[in-house]
Amino acid sequence: MLSHMDAQQALADLTEISSQIQAAAVFDDEGRVAASTLGDPDRANEFVRAASDLLAQAEGIAAANGPLVQLEIATLEGSVFVVRDGKRRIVATTGPEPTVGLVFYDLKSALRQLSAKAERKTPARKRTTRKTSTKKTTAAAAKKKPATRPKKPDAS
Amino acid sequence: MRRSAATFLGLAGGVLAGAAFIRRRGVRQERVDLYYEDGSMVSLANGSADAARLLPLAREILQRWR
Repeated sequence: MLSHMDAQQALADLTEISSQIQAAAVFDDEGRVAASTLGDPDRANEFVRAASDLLAQAEGIAAANGPLVQLEIATLEGSVFVVRDGKRRIVATTGPEPTVGLVFYDLKSALRQLSAKAERKTPARKRTTRKTSTKKTTAAAAKKKPATRPKKPDAS
Repeated sequence: MRRSAATFLGLAGGVLAGAAFIRRRGVRQERVDLYYEDGSMVSLANGSADAARLLPLAREILQRWR
């Protein structure tokens, strides 16, 4: 499940960086909206539904090439971009003739930002486990350590 | 004389080819670019059957959610 706050922050960063992006939304593989630049949630849901439909239609084309990871549909009115990273997807619209490479880069960066945040939350548990094991090792080492060291004979 | 005529024709040909290239680049075309995980890319020009399915959906998205 995508964190709504993280996704909203990623979109805010995206629209701040890229002036070419007019509307964007982050959603998951089941079409659940995590965040969008459209204020109205109903409009965001419809936007994401249309983008999911577009992606589903595009996935059927040249399927032998493997999974589709990103697409751009350029029309005279503007372009629609969809990028996917695992279960996460991002859709964005731009005006006509956008800088394609730059838009893809910004969209992928937004998805990477979300992945990094999700990963940062997950290993926190692992770190706790590791700490515990370190403690055990330290305790075991302390137990094994002899209480007294044999004194060195005096040099004199 | 013959040499200067050849130079003139060469220059004129270059100018015409450059103008045609710039004009062709300036014409905006609708297209669908699909990028796959293996690094390959499929570009569908307007007029192909697959592009004809995707372009109306994209136009609708652009009209409704810009």
